[in-house]
Amino acid sequence: MRAKQKGQLWQALRAFAFELMIYAVLVIGYFFAVLHFLGGWLVHLEQQHIRTYAFVAVVLMIGQAVVLELVTTFLLRLLRGGRSE
Amino acid sequence: MFFPISHTEIHPVYLVVIGFVIGVLGGFFGVGGSFIAGPALRAVGMDWNFAVGTDLAHIVGKSVVAAKRHRALGNVDLKLGLIMAIGTIGGAELGAQLIERLKRAGNVNLVVSVVSITLYVGISAFMIWESWKTLRVQKQRSAQGHAPAMAGEDHSAFTHVTHAIQRWRLPPMVTLPVSGVTISLWVIVAVAFVGGLCSGFLGGGAGYIRMPSMVYVLGIPTHLAVGTDLFEIIISASYGTFSHALKGNVDILIALVMNTGAAIGAQLGAISTQYFAGPKIRLAFVPLPLIGAAIVIYTLITGHKL
Repeated sequence: MRAKQKGQLWQALRAFAFELMIYAVLVIGYFFAVLHFLGGWLVHLEQQHIRTYAFVAVVLMIGQAVVLELVTTFLLRLLRGGRSE
Repeated sequence: MFFPISHTEIHPVYLVVIGFVIGVLGGFFGVGGSFIAGPALRAVGMDWNFAVGTDLAHIVGKSVVAAKRHRALGNVDLKLGLIMAIGTIGGAELGAQLIERLKRAGNVNLVVSVVSITLYVGISAFMIWESWKTLRVQKQRSAQGHAPAMAGEDHSAFTHVTHAIQRWRLPPMVTLPVSGVTISLWVIVAVAFVGGLCSGFLGGGAGYIRMPSMVYVLGIPTHLAVGTDLFEIIISASYGTFSHALKGNVDILIALVMNTGAAIGAQLGAISTQYFAGPKIRLAFVPLPLIGAAIVIYTLITGHKL
């Protein structure tokens, strides 16, 4: 029983470490994609077209969350043999 | 790193770590985490109006992730969440208008600091009392030979007040089959309005007041309150983000960076709720608003960043 729990814990920790690595790559990707490529455009929108900026802000947040959630769920399923948790 | 929209210098790793911590707390407690995020952004020199707006934007993303996970676990009452959204949006707009007035008056930082300290300490004090009392009653029951509370079960020392509120039959009455509660629509809207007001005024999804209110006032089981609160936060925080962005209070670049950490933390937090009973979740919640209050007090007294 204890060995089974230990195995589950080890599997969960391994999955978590792998997720962290994936997220580190995603975060670095974000700094380049969002801050460098979208940064200037978003600053311009905020200064010149505040309504569009407000709309884009909400869409970007929801869009990013959905994509990150899909990626995490896919990774978890992959790592835990078809189970998402 | 310099963020040009809010004219703030913040290290991106700091944002990701703050996002991760808030994500775990949010997924576990069903709160937006503004009591940590707002003060944490303020602590690195961001003005309160930007801290409030940016925090709301980041909470939208984090709540999408956590609510989706809670829905999979059966912890979301969609009917309750949609009704609450109406009251929350009204309250959030009033809160954002109050922030605008204070901005014009030039005392936004002082007033929001004092209100937030009072609210955070008050909520913590009440929840210490209630959770401690509930756990003590449970201990006495198990000493008398009753079965101990399991993870997922819910008891509250405040139940008599909740029942008194539920007996208040002001029409129209609303039946919530998922939560197992029948209650006046006006009570739900009033609870949501107060939460929305705190959300618009202090930032975040105001889960620190809405989640306890759903448990103690509406009588919703803690696990459902956590999941439903997160679902409701998506709607209210999206509206709040739009409203604050129109007023120039949102730095979306900061919010996007914070959300990368929050997305993973939110999933971990949501999964963890399965292993704890309601009163223990509520008792574990207590230190969080106190941490937020401590950061605000430090910033207020010293006038310095952390």
